[in-house]
Amino acid sequence: MGDTAGMAVPHFMASGMGGIRTAGDLVARMEYSKNMKVDKAKDYVAKKLGLSTLEIADEYIMRELREELKIGVVTGVPGAPRGIAAKMNIEKLLDIKINSCEKFRGMLKN
Amino acid sequence: MTEYYTRMGDGKRVLMSKDAIFADLVAGSADAADMGGIPDLTSAEIEKLFEIISDKNRVVGVEPGNEVVLTYDIGQLDFTGDNGNSGNGVDVGRLESALLHERALGADTFELAHADYSIKPVKPVISNEMQTMEEIQNEIVAPYFYGAMPNMGLYYKPDGPYGNPADLMREYKIEEAMDQAEKAAVHLARDIEYVSTRLVAAGADGFNFDTTASAGDADCVGTLNGVKALRKACPDTYINVGMSGESVMGIHGMIEFEGQVVAGLYPHQQVKLAEKAGANVFGAVVNTNTSKSLAWNLARSVAFTKVCVEKSSIPVHANMGMGVGGIPMCETAPIDAVTRCNKAMVEIAKVDGI
Repeated sequence: MGDTAGMAVPHFMASGMGGIRTAGDLVARMEYSKNMKVDKAKDYVAKKLGLSTLEIADEYIMRELREELKIGVVTGVPGAPRGIAAKMNIEKLLDIKINSCEKFRGMLKN
Repeated sequence: MTEYYTRMGDGKRVLMSKDAIFADLVAGSADAADMGGIPDLTSAEIEKLFEIISDKNRVVGVEPGNEVVLTYDIGQLDFTGDNGNSGNGVDVGRLESALLHERALGADTFELAHADYSIKPVKPVISNEMQTMEEIQNEIVAPYFYGAMPNMGLYYKPDGPYGNPADLMREYKIEEAMDQAEKAAVHLARDIEYVSTRLVAAGADGFNFDTTASAGDADCVGTLNGVKALRKACPDTYINVGMSGESVMGIHGMIEFEGQVVAGLYPHQQVKLAEKAGANVFGAVVNTNTSKSLAWNLARSVAFTKVCVEKSSIPVHANMGMGVGGIPMCETAPIDAVTRCNKAMVEIAKVDGI
């Protein structure tokens, strides 16, 4: 699906969690890594974050919390972890393994 | 009599009365029930659909707390592609596109894609794709897939080595047509394993199989066998199996996956095969009829998808691009229609994602 203004944007506005604006990436990881349906995935993430399932989709709450947890933020913050570093922190937070982090660790010399 | 602005399946704006919208909602649901052997939507669900369609606001959305996660197809081609993909024709890089989706467009997941968005043409450039995957994984935070269409049509003459079943059947060479489709399906599964395992080795979170069964039932079987091979080789990888149509076209007619003839299966039956193959998420498709109203198409899509969600033991992400999921079939889908279909699919069909 192309037409970003007619597809990606309205779908996000209508029902999307917002990815790293909130906890959308974390909920997606639980759906894909553990086959959890969305309600169960949200419950799991909410418990790990110490929030309610309503709060994990709230940008106001998640913006500060993501920076504090060093799991990647949506705005450009020099020094804030992103990419592999942020995903390594997500692995610990959610108690999962992330493939790109595993590959990265495999490249390091012992 | 009060009339409401709504849309036809081709996107054209029309005015319809409450009675006419209700009649189309009931007829659309009944069509799905008849074709799929599934229950009609309840009267409460039809009422809710009417509320969504007749909402006076240009854009609608789900209630807070009902948000879902979004997956994507065609990766960066939404920016770079031509109008065949409703692309913008802007030659932005794949890294920039991925990060813009993550940080500017609210994407919960995203994917890397080849310009031809098919398994077969990725093979000769696999190292290039692996390098790019490694590079983008270093920067991106959200789950980042590799996406491609199985697109088994590329394995038939004149593009590929196998006889084209459509041509062979025209010559009454039915058995040869079936044989060529079976051989192409084996080749497709082999290529899927080759491409997908290498992308996972490069750090991809997973693989998105987009428009499965676009070349019919043999394409479906070839893809599911490829998915099975990927799952065996990479037990922890994320696998999304998205379909191309509400019913698998029986071009072969008898080809099976795990003892099940796949021709003619509907979403609530397709999902069970995706589960068996090892998918984590299933992408249900219901096609839009351009001659019918938004109400008819949306009720029909919701009826099919709701049963698929109920029957599925894995999450279901409804396909909601142009011409699927009730959304009008046009290059620039109107956002009033897109958001109405989105809300209905989340709050009535109870999908786990879009």
